[in-house]
Amino acid sequence: MYKLLLCWRYLRTRTIALICIVSVMLGVATMIVVNSVMAGFTHEMQTRLNGMLGDLILESRSMDGVSDADWHMAKIRQLAGEKIAGMSPTVHVPSLMYIDVGGQLLTRQVTLVGIDHRTYASVSQFGQYLQHPANREQLQFELRAGGYDVYDHQVDDPQTTKPRKQMRDAGWVYRRSKTLLARQQQARRQALQVPAQTPAAMAAVAKADGREPSTKSPATANPFAGLDAAETGHVFDPVIEQHPGVVLGIGLCSYRSADGADHFVALPGDDVRVSFPKASLPPEAISEFYTIVDFYESKMSEYDSNFVFVPIRSLQESRGMIDPETKVGKFTSIQIKLRPGTDAVRVRDLLRSQFPAQQYMVSTWRDKQGPLLAAVQMETAVLNLLLFMIIAVAGFGILAIFYMIVVEKTRDIGILKSLGASGTGIMGIFLGYGLSLGIVGSGVGLAIGLAFVANINRIADLLGRLTGRPVFDPSMYYFQKIPTIVEPKTVAWILLGAISIAVLASILPARRAARLHPVKALCYE
Amino acid sequence: MNKGLSKQAAISLDASWNTAHRAEGPVSAADPARLSSSLRSLSELPGAATGALRGKSQSGPVQLAARGLLKSYRKGPIGIPVLQGIDLEVREGEFLSVIGQSGCGKSTLLHLLGTLDQPDAGEVLFEGNRIDNLPNASRDLLRNRHFGMIFQFYHLLPELTALENVLAPAYIAEGVVGYWRRRKAYRQRATELLCLVGLEHRLKHRPREMSGGEMQRAAIARALLAQPRVLLADEPTGNLDRATGEHVMQILSRLNEQQKLTIVMVTHDAWIAQQGDRVVSLVEGRIRQA
Repeated sequence: MYKLLLCWRYLRTRTIALICIVSVMLGVATMIVVNSVMAGFTHEMQTRLNGMLGDLILESRSMDGVSDADWHMAKIRQLAGEKIAGMSPTVHVPSLMYIDVGGQLLTRQVTLVGIDHRTYASVSQFGQYLQHPANREQLQFELRAGGYDVYDHQVDDPQTTKPRKQMRDAGWVYRRSKTLLARQQQARRQALQVPAQTPAAMAAVAKADGREPSTKSPATANPFAGLDAAETGHVFDPVIEQHPGVVLGIGLCSYRSADGADHFVALPGDDVRVSFPKASLPPEAISEFYTIVDFYESKMSEYDSNFVFVPIRSLQESRGMIDPETKVGKFTSIQIKLRPGTDAVRVRDLLRSQFPAQQYMVSTWRDKQGPLLAAVQMETAVLNLLLFMIIAVAGFGILAIFYMIVVEKTRDIGILKSLGASGTGIMGIFLGYGLSLGIVGSGVGLAIGLAFVANINRIADLLGRLTGRPVFDPSMYYFQKIPTIVEPKTVAWILLGAISIAVLASILPARRAARLHPVKALCYE
Repeated sequence: MNKGLSKQAAISLDASWNTAHRAEGPVSAADPARLSSSLRSLSELPGAATGALRGKSQSGPVQLAARGLLKSYRKGPIGIPVLQGIDLEVREGEFLSVIGQSGCGKSTLLHLLGTLDQPDAGEVLFEGNRIDNLPNASRDLLRNRHFGMIFQFYHLLPELTALENVLAPAYIAEGVVGYWRRRKAYRQRATELLCLVGLEHRLKHRPREMSGGEMQRAAIARALLAQPRVLLADEPTGNLDRATGEHVMQILSRLNEQQKLTIVMVTHDAWIAQQGDRVVSLVEGRIRQA
């Protein structure tokens, strides 16, 4: 009984106990905040990683691909049909992409991915990252007339982000006006350069009026446009026609200025040229034109600045991956979406056992991103270890303070012993004291930590404003705000750890108190 | 002021203490309802005439005895002998004063009698049973139930109020549930004891808000809570002025007279020592009859 009473009184009357409480509190709050942010980052990252990749990927080891996706998909379905939610064949090929910006060519090293636009949305979140609302419903590799998102649709409150003003005009309207404007300028320039009425200038002027251009004319808005005209006899008119559609990663053709606004070097409606090897021996580089029909923004810069999606059929045709007789195309990988709750590793092992490893690689998306995920996991573990050490340091603080309290209370301990209190009883007072300090400290720490996590973005903004340097730069992380997830299990462990450290730290002083000789304690001055 | 004492509560309290006594073994049970009746008579007593207490019968049975007690303190390699063979007998109901100069070992003797410390040699007997070599738990119990102790520096717990200080032995004796069940009886008894020593106006005061005399009286009330059979007083007036000291001595004398409480008091003050029935002096670690 007296243990409880004295614990309570010591807790209320000793200001020094506040120091213990504050140190436990800070440790707990920090650990909760850090763990929540780390969990948030990890989750966000995993979602995005998984969003772009299927749960399971069957790849051919050859870049030239293997034939007949339908046969493979049928076999997979036969093996693990009940676990499969969707499949889509793709062709991956490393390539170079050229973007024409005001006469300059920007070169980008990209991975060209041929996708089946009807099924690809069923294996990944890809569709949700597109910038045109209709494309998010069902991707079409056709340029839309307009209506692309001006505000980032993945942000809760789109108005808080800077508008992408250039996107307002993107689409056919932009393509037409850009082409016509370029033709006019070209015509004017030629008229100045060559005063005489040459056929070329005439043609340029005619073209600017929207009529069929002369094949000899060098005046084209797009340096690539019309190059294949001679071969097919058909003259490509960028005003009314488009090349096969391409969906670019937003990072490939935009940059973010310091004020957070995005600027684009190309827009839906522009043409790009992509060079890649044919599926033949010896490899032969070819280049094709594509018309940008949309951007995707997965907010994983690794993807957003690497992947370029085109229709699989057109890529197969360009690379010569279609059997001339059967018209069956080759593919390089099949993306597989599993039903929720399925053990991806088990299905992977099943497929591995059925598809010879010499020809096929079967991997989960985690395998694919193994090093990155492992790094993040490692980082979390190390960070937790370090933070726990901080709490342990707080524990030593408690130890010291407790020793002090025991010394200060020596006479009281003697009094209690003279009244018949046992050594274990005295020990109980100080252990209980440590326990209650731990509980109170971690309770307050829990409240502060949760409050911090709940308002972390506001706090980050405030800190950014105070220090004049943004604490969290969205352009660096591609997250608009700091993602957080509070995992009850982690929080419980943190609280348990903090409380047990407080109790452990009080064991030594409590033992000392218990062993005090009553007479010496009574006479202690 | 003791009208409020509910007899039922007092009896149930006694019963609880007695249960504990039985578990204890060698020490026999206390007389129930002894205190509640004596409390009443004590309060009705007009100002006590301490002289009247003298000359009462000293023929009661020996309650507390010391035989050949030796105790020395070690200071470095050499031991400093403090008690060099103490033989002492305290009879039931006796008020024994031990007088001696500072540093002669009076407090040490009291600590040995009260089982706070253990002698190097010799034995301490309580009601015929040896107590100095009992295990710690039994000695803790003995101090909690049968010995009341008061000290020169009062030794109240600074975090507790006067009432809570008086209740401290009960807090120690009882678990949370046990105390909670009997809390009313305990509180009533503690209140009565504080009234008995004239501190009814100081129940909720902390020790630092009380004067020295008040603190010593609270300490006496605390020592009485468990209905001890022996009160050990270590210079109870040593830190008080003469008038306050006399007041405290009056209370002690009354307790001795009315409740037949055995009191062993050590002091260096000859006048204070005279308040006892019998005075012995402690010189060079040995007892001399005064």
